[in-house]
This record gives sequence, structure tokens and C-alpha cells, in this order.
Amino acid sequence: MKQYLLAMYQPDGELPPASSLEKVMRDIHALRQEMKEADAWVFSGGLHPPGTATVLRVHNNAVLTTDGPFIEGKEYIGGFTIVKVPDLDAALEWGRKLALVSTLPIEVRPFRDSGNR
Amino acid sequence: MDVIVPEIERLFRDEYGRSVAVLIRLCGNIELAEEAVQDAFTAALQRWPSSGLPPSPAGWIITTARNRMVDHWRREAGRDERYAQGAWLINAQVDEEVDMTEQTTRDDQLRLIFTCCHPALALDAQVALTLRLLGGLTTSEIARAFLTPDATMAQRLVRAKGKIRDANIPFRIPQATELATRIGAVLAVIYLVFNEGYVSNSGEQLLRESLCTEAIRLGRQMLELMPDEAEVMGLLALMLLIDSRREARVSASGALVPLSEQSRELWNQHLMIEGLGLVRQCIRRNEPGFYQILAAIQAVHCDARSTASTDWPQIVRLYDQLCEITSNPIVALNRAVAVAEVDGPAAALEIVDNLKLDHHHMLHAIRADLLHRLGRNPEAVSAYQAAVSRSGNAVERAFLKRKIAAINES
Repeated sequence: MKQYLLAMYQPDGELPPASSLEKVMRDIHALRQEMKEADAWVFSGGLHPPGTATVLRVHNNAVLTTDGPFIEGKEYIGGFTIVKVPDLDAALEWGRKLALVSTLPIEVRPFRDSGNR
Repeated sequence: MDVIVPEIERLFRDEYGRSVAVLIRLCGNIELAEEAVQDAFTAALQRWPSSGLPPSPAGWIITTARNRMVDHWRREAGRDERYAQGAWLINAQVDEEVDMTEQTTRDDQLRLIFTCCHPALALDAQVALTLRLLGGLTTSEIARAFLTPDATMAQRLVRAKGKIRDANIPFRIPQATELATRIGAVLAVIYLVFNEGYVSNSGEQLLRESLCTEAIRLGRQMLELMPDEAEVMGLLALMLLIDSRREARVSASGALVPLSEQSRELWNQHLMIEGLGLVRQCIRRNEPGFYQILAAIQAVHCDARSTASTDWPQIVRLYDQLCEITSNPIVALNRAVAVAEVDGPAAALEIVDNLKLDHHHMLHAIRADLLHRLGRNPEAVSAYQAAVSRSGNAVERAFLKRKIAAINES
């Protein structure tokens, strides 16, 4: 089994109104349930917008703390799911379902760790 | 001995992809499979000229490649954990004969084709992998054919193989639900290889022709592997019919000859008869699709003795059918050419002027021809000039410039 990150990219700016968000959240929750039942789900979570981010970086042997995301962009990772599946095709299938319910672009990336545990 | 070396070359072209596919089944690793198969062919070149061909040359190549791979893995097993695991796997199989039944190797080849043309890989990487792993072309041959520096092509192949390995793209025949789409991707790669060989005239002529030959070989192989897929048959028919006009399409001086001016005696009868036979089979199956309709259009051209006696209404009907399944503006443009023959150039011009294809030289070339036929010569000349400035192909530009000169002289 191999682990894959399904990262959900959200456009920067105002979130859609609560009413339309509610249905999306419900669908995503149902999909998570489906992943759990298929024994594919490892972890998932939604993130606060990049305005809440803090960056730490090493400078002259000291760690500097600064406000804001590391990269300012038009899109940011709004949430992610980690699945444990046999191969990319299986990961893409979950990613496809996630894209359909969230209507957001999903980036699928393999973990370096083979997850053979 | 003189006979044997070409025989090995032929075997290499025909069997390289299958051998790599079988070896990938045994070891699960593209690079090792390629290396082992290349080693086996090198061994064949050293041995066969003096020993003669073995009873089953293809089987010999695969067995030799497998044995070399096992040797290699045993040697490396102490050093590298990756190999140790592999050596364990392969030791379990080493005393058995390699399963070479037709069904198994057929599936091996299909798995490899579908992996090379996996949608998670960029199209140019799909093309490069297909030519490398299934056609056995060298990196440098592929690079020259696509006018790309060797280093770029090498990097493209390394990246693509790296992605297959690291992202764990499976070697698998797609499930029924996705099969049609995935076959479409494979056919698109093969057709792209064919067009690259056919359309471009820059670069090395021989290499370009070898791309057409390779695409047709891949098309035949696909049809052998998936005899029930009508579109696979359609693509092979299409390529055969277009390729049958290769000789007629370029004059002795290297100039482009349009269909209407080609001497039909130069059309290759063997390829044409084979292509027409496949089109008839497609029609009997009655599962029309993109490539089959394109092939049927080519077949109408082949059936005619001249441009004038071509059944243009039939061609327009086929294009109408094609427009129902694709919104490709190039298809609409080609349809306009046929409409010009049925309803006249004014009707065609109206269609052409509504197409959003300003960047494409073909639109301007066709527009120019229609304007010329309508006697609007100054507009025709500027349209030809627009086409010249957008064409990336020297032979084509020369053709367009001759058209301008002809109008200016008249």
C-alpha cells in the first residue's frame, strides 16, 4: 500500500456563502465516510485561510518568526486528505470524487514513504 | 552471416516492446527491463552470426534477458536493499520457464501501452515513452525526430519513468468503465506520432518517414491486441490510407503537391487496398467513431479517379457526422473545404470566417484559396501572406509562396 496526499486548492478571497458551503461540507463528509469504509482513509482536515499562517525560518543560526504564508498566491491549500491505496489509479479515483464534490482542483502527490507498515 | 544481422534488426523492431513488457512483468522496473533486453540483443548480435538463429529467437531474447536480470540482481543484492527484495522475488521464479503464452504476453504488452499513455503523464512524455519502450527507438532518434535536443529528450524520459516509479502508476489494463477513454489516449499518441512524421518536412526525411512507419506498426499491434475495438481499426485504416499517398504528396524537387494535383498512379495500391478493406470492416461493425469517420473520408478520396469525380456530398455528410462527435475547429475547417466543392466557395467562406482559428496557418491558406476562386485576388494574396507567416514548415511555406506568385502573375 502506498500513501498519497490529495491537496485541495482554494481560490484566495471570500469563501462562498454558508448555504452553498454546507452542502459541499456534507458531501465531503460523506466521501470521507466512504474512504473509511473502503479502508483507504488515513487522515484529512480543512485549514484556516493563509492569513492565519506563521512562517519560521533559520537565519544566522536563529529562528525567525514572521506573519503570513510562505508563498503568497492566488490559490492556497484549503484542506487535504491522505489516502492509503495500492497505486496511483486508485488515488486518482478518490481524487476525482473529491474534485467532483468540492468543485475545486485536487493535486495528487505520492508520499516518499512507501507506507509498508 | 549477412542475412542474420538484418534479421536481428527486424526482430529488434518487432520484439523489443514485447520483450520489455514481459520483463517488466517479471521485475516491475522499467529501467532494469530495458537494460536486460538490450543486453540480450547485444548477446544475440555477438552469438547468432556464428551459431545461427535459435529455434525461437523471440523466446531466446526473453529468456536471456531474464537470466541476465537475475544475475544482475544477485550481484547487486548484497549492496542495495531494493535489489535484495527483487532478487528474492525473482529467485522464486528463476527455475520456472518464463510464461510466454500468447494471452499473457498480450496482456503484458497492453499493460505497458496503457502505462506509457497514462493521463497522469504529460502528452510529450507519453509520446516519448511509447516510442522508447514499445518502438525501441533510441533517445537520440526520438530527439531528432521531434527536433528536440538530446539532453531535453533524455530528461523527459527520465522524469516520466521516475513518475511511473515514484507515484506508482500501475501496469494495468484499465477497467471497462474507463477503457474507451484510455484507448482514446493511446490512439491519440499513435496518431500524433504519425502526424509528426507526415506533416513536418523539416529535419531528417528518413527519420520522419520512420515515425509514420512506427506509428503504423504500433497501430497494427494495437489492433492485434484489441481486435474488437472499432476505433483501433479506424485509426490503422486512416494511417494506411494517408500513408498510401506519401510518394505522390511531395514532388521530385521536394515541393508539396496538393491532393487535387497528385498523380494517382503514385498512390501505393497495397496500403490503399488494406486501408479500404479495414474501412469496410468498420462500416460493417457500425460503431462509428472519430478515427473511423476520418478513415471513411480518406476512403472516398481513394475511390475517386480525380478531384472532380470525388463524391463531395458524401464527404460533407461524413464531416457532418464528425462534427456531431467533436467540436474541433480543424474538423469544421476541413468540412468547409468539402462544402466549397458542393455549394461553392462563397458558402465555404462564410463557414471559414466564423471559425476561431486565427493562429492556424491552414485557416488562412484555405481562406486564400476560396477568395481566389471568388476572384477576390488582393484579399487572397493577403490571406496567403497571413498563412505564410503562421506556417512552421519550409515546404509548406514554399507552396504558399508559389500560390502568391501565381496570383500576382495572372
